[in-house]
Amino acid sequence: MKPQLSPLARGLLASAAVLLVVAVTDAALHDLLAQNPFGAPRPAQAAEPEASGLIGWLLAKQSEFYRQMSSTIRAAKSDGSAVWTLLFISFAYGIFHAAGPGHGKAVIASYLVANRETARRGIALSFASALMQSLVAILIVGISAWVLNATAKTMCKAEGVIEIASYALIALFGLRLVWVKGRTFIGALQATQPVPAMAGVPHHHDHDHHHHHDAHDHHQHDHGHDHHHGHGRAHHDHRHDHVHDEHCGHSHGPTPSELAGPGGWRRGFAAILTVGIRPCSGAILVLVFALAQGLFWAGIAATFLMGLGTAITVAAIAVVAVSAKDIAARLSAGRDGGGALFMRGIEFGAAGLVLLFGVGLLFGYIAAERTTCF
Amino acid sequence: MSMRALFGCLLAAAMTLVSGAASAHPHVWITATSELLYAADGSITGVRHAWTFDDMFSAYAVQGLESKTKGAYTSEELKPLAQTNVESLKEYAYFTFARADGKKERFQEPVDYFLDYKDTVLTLHFTLPLKNPVKPRQLVLEVFDRSFFIDFQMAKDSPVKLVGAPAGCQMKLERPNDGTASAQKLNEQTFLNGENSNFGMMFANKITVDCP
Repeated sequence: MKPQLSPLARGLLASAAVLLVVAVTDAALHDLLAQNPFGAPRPAQAAEPEASGLIGWLLAKQSEFYRQMSSTIRAAKSDGSAVWTLLFISFAYGIFHAAGPGHGKAVIASYLVANRETARRGIALSFASALMQSLVAILIVGISAWVLNATAKTMCKAEGVIEIASYALIALFGLRLVWVKGRTFIGALQATQPVPAMAGVPHHHDHDHHHHHDAHDHHQHDHGHDHHHGHGRAHHDHRHDHVHDEHCGHSHGPTPSELAGPGGWRRGFAAILTVGIRPCSGAILVLVFALAQGLFWAGIAATFLMGLGTAITVAAIAVVAVSAKDIAARLSAGRDGGGALFMRGIEFGAAGLVLLFGVGLLFGYIAAERTTCF
Repeated sequence: MSMRALFGCLLAAAMTLVSGAASAHPHVWITATSELLYAADGSITGVRHAWTFDDMFSAYAVQGLESKTKGAYTSEELKPLAQTNVESLKEYAYFTFARADGKKERFQEPVDYFLDYKDTVLTLHFTLPLKNPVKPRQLVLEVFDRSFFIDFQMAKDSPVKLVGAPAGCQMKLERPNDGTASAQKLNEQTFLNGENSNFGMMFANKITVDCP
């Protein structure tokens, strides 16, 4: 026993940290619950919140860019150079839009933290999912409005179905992460028990506590789409080399070369699909508007630029999330069992966040970017 | 290095994620005019709205609709769309919230609804009858979208009319400044503080009618 915190105390601390994350998220969810259209209106606030504030500024900016889009598309009908303005506005809108609403970045960031991904992969995932989002929007409008000349009602219904599907995907994705990370976390908890206790604990899987060095827990690849992840692990096969769990305090996550192995894309595919399947309502509106103006191609170009802007912001957030976790990992290094446990706790918490987002969106607790058909 | 530092990191990460889900920006802009309808005995029977959509949403809404003249739509041709509109609005309580002397009042389904299309924008006209006509000292009517998908702004000219109101009734309209200004009043605290968390409220148009 070291003079500082006992492993058990550290374990409790880590658990408390996870609970804190969950509590904060939960509080936010409840706040958002108040936005439910069925709820009663609250009395207006007497005291106005103070001016400034990052979120307010972002909101103002993106609204500004978004509102300029329709007039710019109109202008582009007669003046070709307005297309450049449109592209710039779309790009800027994408940057600001992704910094504000949307669950895409939350899912990506949580996924990266939970899965010990590198910043580089985070950037790649951000760009791939934003590209997919753009493509989905273009396909929806291209097929339904341009080819089939469907009405807005039909299109909006299709959007609604995709929306629900994407929320369900997030929830499933989160559920899987929670399952995998929960097991690792429990394994880590057991591993930090004093030795006699550890010997007495009946392990359901005796190698559970060996694997928190890396996401080897992916060996449950028999769960649905999980195999995207499982097989992606280049070193999946030689996990038995890593059974020395005392390394937990010293090495954090796989090296980039491990991640760059074959199948890396397949592993991230679930994340890309989960985030990218849901098109941005703004992009759909812009595309239909451009189509109505006879400038569908301009709408498509604008959508891709929006996607590029979005990708840049999400990538930045992904890098921040990964770095924050790396810092946490470095700080907790040297605290053998407890440090590892702490990291497993963070991962578990991040996995829980993904699940909460999915469930919250699915059951309407979070109304972020809800598609309003009318 | 301390556990506190770690908590800080964790909290910062959590807040980044949470704040992300909390905010939205409008995709639809509505310029509204509203009439408060009074019966002969001075009681309020309902509200008549005229909501003009922005041109982007208008183009979206008429997508795929048949019309005799290209680019022009008659109210007859827009009938199915108007029907869809009022039916869908039910889920959102017509974005219209009334309180008579502090008591919440409910509306019946809309009547006399139609759409017109002029200068590339759609205007939805509809009347919301109150379930029970009321004769309060003070009526507060708020028009807004909690989720802020729709930005409601009362028209610049004669935004609110009192139709057949008893003499001496005073109307007051509080606008949410404009969207931009209100949005800038929000900050991170808005989302942490439970009292301020009802985001759409910031954008509410509040009509208050005091009658003697």
